[in-house]
Amino acid sequence: MNDTTSRYRTMIGHRLFWPAAVLFVMLAANTIYRPGFLSIELKDGHLYGTPIDILRLSAPLILVALGMTLVISTGGIDLSVGSLCAISGAIACMYISKQPDQNSLGVVLTALAMAMGIALVLGAWNGVLVAVIGIQPIIATLILMVAGRGLAQLITQGQIITINSEPFRAIGLGHLLTLPLAIFIALAAALLVAAFTRRTALGMIVESVGGNAEASRLAGIRSGRVVFLTYVLSAGCAAIAGFMMTANVSSADGNAVGLWVELDAILAVVIGGTSLAGGRFFLGGTIIGALIIQTLTTTVYAMDISPQTSLLFKAVVVIAVCLIQAPAFRARFRRRRRNVPPPATIADKPKEQVPA
Amino acid sequence: MTTGSLTAGRTRFRLPRKQIPVLATLALLLVMYAIGVSQYTAFSNVQVIFNVFIDNGFLLVVAVGMTFVILTGGIDLSVGSVVAMTAMVSAALLQDGMPAPLVLVIALLIGPTLGLLMGCAIHFFEIQPFIVTLAGMFFARGMCTFISGASIPITDGFWTRMSQERIGNPQGNFVSISVLIAFVVVCIAAYTLAYTRLGRNVYAIGGNPQSALLMGLPVGRTRIAVYTISGLCSAIGGILLSFYTLSGAPLIAVGMELDVIAAVVIGGTVLTGGAGYVFGTVLGVLVLGVIQTLITFDGSLSSWWTKIVIGGLLFAFILLQRLIGIRYK
Repeated sequence: MNDTTSRYRTMIGHRLFWPAAVLFVMLAANTIYRPGFLSIELKDGHLYGTPIDILRLSAPLILVALGMTLVISTGGIDLSVGSLCAISGAIACMYISKQPDQNSLGVVLTALAMAMGIALVLGAWNGVLVAVIGIQPIIATLILMVAGRGLAQLITQGQIITINSEPFRAIGLGHLLTLPLAIFIALAAALLVAAFTRRTALGMIVESVGGNAEASRLAGIRSGRVVFLTYVLSAGCAAIAGFMMTANVSSADGNAVGLWVELDAILAVVIGGTSLAGGRFFLGGTIIGALIIQTLTTTVYAMDISPQTSLLFKAVVVIAVCLIQAPAFRARFRRRRRNVPPPATIADKPKEQVPA
Repeated sequence: MTTGSLTAGRTRFRLPRKQIPVLATLALLLVMYAIGVSQYTAFSNVQVIFNVFIDNGFLLVVAVGMTFVILTGGIDLSVGSVVAMTAMVSAALLQDGMPAPLVLVIALLIGPTLGLLMGCAIHFFEIQPFIVTLAGMFFARGMCTFISGASIPITDGFWTRMSQERIGNPQGNFVSISVLIAFVVVCIAAYTLAYTRLGRNVYAIGGNPQSALLMGLPVGRTRIAVYTISGLCSAIGGILLSFYTLSGAPLIAVGMELDVIAAVVIGGTVLTGGAGYVFGTVLGVLVLGVIQTLITFDGSLSSWWTKIVIGGLLFAFILLQRLIGIRYK
């Protein structure tokens, strides 16, 4: 019996337990409300169904949140990702719309390369502001967040640019092996980031910079360079997400693309268990966090509630998840429960203090 | 500490280091105004300045509240949504035929209550202000659409009178009542920050929360008070906005929190807390207002240039703060 309780405790204590539980409860609630929720069907060689939709629609958010996870784990934050989505989408659509043959693969690739290049340059700008000049991240990226929306509108001249390009549309709506292509892009990005951070020392270096930039610099890590890299990576992820968002609707709207995605991404990262203070990151948690947010949005649509009201639910989820994860809240709650059986748990108390 | 030894070297010419960002903002404002006057003859009209105040009165009030929060080193992302919610609630209640004074009281209570709750969550559960106020922002915005999906017009006599009342001189220059209310708020806030115990505590916590706690200052109470003040200012801002637009719309003031933060930063308040003035915030709001006026006067520039210019200014001012060597994180 002791063994089962300790196993139960390690499971509850696992970082991914609470996010996964929330996701599971949401899916279960949906299935009870609408029994057909989880059904998937094969039509014209493509899989269709609500779970597939959730996966496809969460792909851009997963991408943005991946970059954001690394930035946050260095103790920073990147508010400019939404604007970067808009800028990269606008550049790609602008270039494609000017070409005579919009369906040519070469044109689309050039457009993507160009937009990606500019996004990386803007990411480098963020990186320089934070790592070289030493401006507080929240404010350094706020600059590009405000100005970037303006830039995106400048590129599109305030218009919504519509394009008619099959290869570009495929980024958002194409299929591969019966599944939407967007899922594979997000998955590939996640695996790539995971491989680079968890199979090499890079992840640990990022975490050590987040834990204490000065100490890791003294330990021989070029902190500045690592921080700079994370911002460039975040911009790159945001650019790909921007392509997906614009490809979904085959048009670029400087005002609307990626609006508030930075908040959703930060939310996904926090729900996933990564602390905003930096020093730790959990890529798996981030992906679950992004799925939770998209499931919530889909649920709200499915239940015929006004989409704007979904913000109300989002607020409740944020508060609930943050409270569950807040050490202060858990300690308070645990103390209250402890009053009932005092002797068994006192010995545990110092053990829980240690990892912090 | 290092700044102290640096300043000691040049005592001959001592521009008060702490005031340099505020002075720079003032200089920028004067330069922009001079450019406006030299380019457009109508710009020198006093009414242009009054209009800046009339159009930005609610922004000013909200920015004052944000100054308190930022001075303690926190941030409040919920202000824009709380402004919208306050306007929305008052519009909805007036539509239901509730008397105006009661509506005013209710509307003015919602913001501080939400602020108080957020402050408690930040203090007692040690959750990041960023996340808590983000949730507050979602909540308030969700409430707006929950109340009504479409905008609600206000036809109440008191509201229309407040909106149309013009206080002016015989030459035809005037300000609205909102501007006077905003001025009263600014004066009270400036007095509180400079001359009361609460104000001193705010600066002390922004400077170093640890030492403030060791000094025996009420860190928790002050922190909660600061978010409540910001909520109250947002509520007043919401009322002023409903005077201005005579309606409550669910999507009004979206992204306003960024304008407010930009105004506070341009006004010289350091984001890590501990340094800044309400007067600077007033200047910051005026800078944003004059930029808008200049772009309107020009006519050929599109609205998105406002955002680009604000972004550029933000960059310039943060760089300036950095160069002066005011302590950053």
